[in-house]
Amino acid sequence: MSESNGSVRIGVYVCHCGFNIASVIDVEAAARSALALPGVVVAREYKYMCSEPGQTLIEQDIREHKLNRIVVAACSPLLHEETFRGAAERAGINRFYVQMVNVREHGAWVHEDREAATIKAIDLIRAAVHRVRFHKSLTPKRVPINPQVMVVGAGIAGIHAAITIANSGKKVFLVEREPTIGGNMARYDKTFPTLDCAACILTPKMNAVRSHPNITLWTYSEVAEVEGYVGNYKVKVRRKPRYIKEDLCVGCLHCVDACVFKDPKFPDTFNMGMDKRKPIYLPFAQATPKVVVIDPEACIQLKTGKCKQACAAACERGGVSFDMTETIEEIEVGSIIVATGFQPFDAAKAPEYGYGIYPNVYTSMEIERLVNASGPTGGEVVMRDGTRPKSIGVIYCVGSRDERHNRWCSRVCCMTALKLSHLLKEHTQAEIYNFYIDMRAAGKGYEEFYQRILNERVHFIRGKVAEVCDWALDKSEEGKLVMRVEDTLTGFVRRVPVDMVVLAVGLEPRSDAQEVRRIMNMSCSTEGFFLEKHPKLAPAPTYTDGVFIAGCCQGPKDIPDTVMQAGYAAAEAMALADIGHFEIEPNTAEVIAEDCSGCKSCVGLCPYHAITFNEVKHKAEINPVLCKGCGVCVSSCPSGSIRQDLFEDEEIYGEIEGLLATLPAAPQPVATA
Amino acid sequence: MANGEPSTATGYLYYPGCSLKGTGIAYEESLLTLFRLLELPVTELTDWNCCGATTYMSSDERDAQLLAARNLSLARQAGGADVLAPCNACYLTLRKCVDFCKKYKSVADDVHSYLEDAHLPTLQDVAIRHPLEVLYTDVGVERLRAGVVRKWPGGPVACYYGCQAVRPYTEVDRESNPMRMDEILNAVGVPTVPYALKTKCCGASHTGTIRDVGVRLSYILLREAARQQAKAVAVICPLCQFNLDLYQAEMRRSDPSLPELPIIYLTQILGWALGGDPKDLGVQRCVSGANTVRQWFTSEKGAPVHV
Amino acid sequence: MKRHIKYQVDAQADWGAMVGEQPGCERLFSCIQCGTCSGTCPVSIYMDLSPRRIMALVREGFRDDALASKTIWLCASCYSCSVACPQKISVTDVMYALKREALSKGILPKDLAIPVLAQEFCSMVSKTGRNSEFWLVLRVALRTNPFALFTMLPVAWNLMRTGRLPLGREAIVRKWELPARAAAKGVR
Repeated sequence: MSESNGSVRIGVYVCHCGFNIASVIDVEAAARSALALPGVVVAREYKYMCSEPGQTLIEQDIREHKLNRIVVAACSPLLHEETFRGAAERAGINRFYVQMVNVREHGAWVHEDREAATIKAIDLIRAAVHRVRFHKSLTPKRVPINPQVMVVGAGIAGIHAAITIANSGKKVFLVEREPTIGGNMARYDKTFPTLDCAACILTPKMNAVRSHPNITLWTYSEVAEVEGYVGNYKVKVRRKPRYIKEDLCVGCLHCVDACVFKDPKFPDTFNMGMDKRKPIYLPFAQATPKVVVIDPEACIQLKTGKCKQACAAACERGGVSFDMTETIEEIEVGSIIVATGFQPFDAAKAPEYGYGIYPNVYTSMEIERLVNASGPTGGEVVMRDGTRPKSIGVIYCVGSRDERHNRWCSRVCCMTALKLSHLLKEHTQAEIYNFYIDMRAAGKGYEEFYQRILNERVHFIRGKVAEVCDWALDKSEEGKLVMRVEDTLTGFVRRVPVDMVVLAVGLEPRSDAQEVRRIMNMSCSTEGFFLEKHPKLAPAPTYTDGVFIAGCCQGPKDIPDTVMQAGYAAAEAMALADIGHFEIEPNTAEVIAEDCSGCKSCVGLCPYHAITFNEVKHKAEINPVLCKGCGVCVSSCPSGSIRQDLFEDEEIYGEIEGLLATLPAAPQPVATA
Repeated sequence: MANGEPSTATGYLYYPGCSLKGTGIAYEESLLTLFRLLELPVTELTDWNCCGATTYMSSDERDAQLLAARNLSLARQAGGADVLAPCNACYLTLRKCVDFCKKYKSVADDVHSYLEDAHLPTLQDVAIRHPLEVLYTDVGVERLRAGVVRKWPGGPVACYYGCQAVRPYTEVDRESNPMRMDEILNAVGVPTVPYALKTKCCGASHTGTIRDVGVRLSYILLREAARQQAKAVAVICPLCQFNLDLYQAEMRRSDPSLPELPIIYLTQILGWALGGDPKDLGVQRCVSGANTVRQWFTSEKGAPVHV
Repeated sequence: MKRHIKYQVDAQADWGAMVGEQPGCERLFSCIQCGTCSGTCPVSIYMDLSPRRIMALVREGFRDDALASKTIWLCASCYSCSVACPQKISVTDVMYALKREALSKGILPKDLAIPVLAQEFCSMVSKTGRNSEFWLVLRVALRTNPFALFTMLPVAWNLMRTGRLPLGREAIVRKWELPARAAAKGVR
């Protein structure tokens, strides 16, 4: 088919879009106007162009009238460009001979003046008709997809995604920055609403990760750099030195016993700092891999070089190795799933609740460890001052639903607080007071769980505690923490003295979330959680093709939803791996090497880092897969040696000429006498 | 400014407010004495009017802002220096006028047309300062420490900040457990006690209208200070001083165990520590614990004793 | 027996929005009824309606109930509520707005000296530009409870003997600049 002039046969279709377009634009007049344009053979208007009959209209006209260009004036191309291209292709012409005109979002939906809107639509259609003459037949490029997947973060989300993908036969690299997998879930005691022991349901999955032939587990490692594009990511993973040979350690812990520190001195972060560990340690009993690690900030040998290295002597397998260094592994994967999780709100930011001021104020995470049989007190609820509480106050919404801290509701804390009330009641028989604003129990079995706790002689006071303070109004309050609150249900302002206060802190993005997302080339929302492609229909994909998110790094959620989202992300990654290739829209720019003068003006301008400079050839080169077709380089090139598919100069000039065609011709200069 | 200079050459424009000329006269006396000792120029704002405090705002929002604005305009007339407002309520009211003119166009417009009608200069940026903030930021703890010539003979002090100096604006000090007064007093040798109620309301004008409510609020403050072993309470607001000082006998009728606690202005203690004459600090105007105050503040007939 | 039920005619539909338009009150519709304001208020224990309930009444338009409460007059403007509110509502400014409306409509609780203080204070300051503490207290007591003066005698005596109670009437010089006077002359 000839590209332009002469045998161009254009079909123009103006859509009513029901009432959406037709109520403002005179679609019949628009269609009629098109008939007068050069090259237009057929011009129609129809109620719903995107429907089956609408598309059939196009296909029939192409065959009957031998059309070779199509213009559809309808909604935004974001919605139906694919639809009409598909129709054209089915009728036998190249799909890129279709040009859409947006007369809905740019026309009927933003204007009220019928006449003016119709004239505008007519102008835009004319511009498209002039443009489409110059469209070329194009073929989308196919990019192969590497079937390997990298999962970043090995909490329950990362673990589940990794196992799912590995089970389908594909290889997974699971990268986790802590020395063990398990994430926050490994810390919990029991989970709501079933009161399943968190470790009991998690450890089988952790074992599955460890033993799966398709999973390469790199703990104590971080993603340092990600380059490339969907299907072809080149990742550098920094593996931090454990100073222990992973393949030799069997987790016998003789080295820990032998360590020159007779008593542990360093805060144990797994137990939320409520316990101490030695410089050489196993994070917790079920740590996976079961390999100890040496903390370089705490170890005498690593800090000063002067230690008798009792740990090395105690290891029968020679597993201790102080001269290990950081290594960088380079891998190639087709897609990445980011499941880096959350951090709890720092309760010290809300001093009115006394956290960090009074010793017996705890966060919910700390209570998880306190009631846990493998926690710092062996599951005995003994407070920091050594006493056992006879009364406990639990405050909800700490740091959440708060303009001064985090605006959002953290979704899981109501249920967590209910669960902790139950566990604390079980362990201590204390009087437990819950202070809440709204009880959010929207999951399966959650409302029933609330009913269960309501009937366990636990107090429920609807009111947010204004202050936790230790000053006593009378003898009965001395030595206690007094919570002043308005009990909005009974209508009284109350002072409730308790021995222990538990703060149900909210969930927020991790403090280094912004650095992580830049490495992965992702966006985030105003709250700082990683941004999904669509909050309702695509909560796991991101705007970066091939990068998916799962779990609380995308927003606060409970374990069932985390697992579901991880499965969704895994399915997307598997779909990419299975289809094996990826088609890119042929709207990319290309450097015409003969014309390129090597000035490098374009290289720094590209927002997608798609342009590199070939020092050998002294020419700029554009990677068509990274190129998003923004056109900046094309317009900036001083020698005009960059061209772009679908945005050729003649196509753009044609569009402009079409737009300006109604303006009167420039006045002729008056001849001087 | 941290180097000890106020923001313009005319020094601080002192806005006394109604209390500092009446029940709070000792605050004015000690403030002026202290600032003289520190060589900080202070000029009283000429023909200042009542700021309106909380009461005028309860009656007419527009006129309340205009009353405050007149003072700010007078400040501009006087050379635009920082306005020093020692009374917490005056500080807040003037500060709120500046803030609301920035935030709400209706307020800014009202103020603008009023000033035009009254033939007064329109407002420009003027900073409202509180003595606690000036002492901490412009003078600095170190300079105060260096200027001490007397050793504090009295007992530990509970620092009471009150409400409106730390809420809702936090330039004077932070709202949660403010410590600037404590730091300053510690630096000049006065021990302070931990005081959980340091920002709880003293009852404000309720002591004059709903007596039992107001007096009880002040009673709670005194009782806690005593419980923390304080021998006096340091204050920065004349209404707080009034409430804590004038009703102690009445409080003792319900609770005989409440000790008599002198209520002393921060500026009185500092003025004394830096060598000021007790007669110029208004210490004889304390009602509760007057004898204790007399003992503490006079030694060797009032002459400074070198430490 | 009195019936306690509210019909929709008892609610003033746009009143809440009107209150919300006053400077400082714009966030009042964000109230989630958590009760932190009441919990932190030092005088909520004396109030007939807690600050939180007042906010609920404002949102729903029950104007007369809100304006007739003792609550708004008990507010000491300590701003604890405004600072503690998780929705950053300036509850204090809402209280001011209600006090103003109550005064202008004459809806005042019986036997409460506080609104009288407000009226006398404003009357004095608007005329002279300053407030003379002695005369203010005298006028309020005479209007509300003259016998209260006796209970205040010890305080008055202590103030007088320490030179803290000037008896003169304070006034500014340029009274014509006061808002009330400037308004009479200028166009506003």
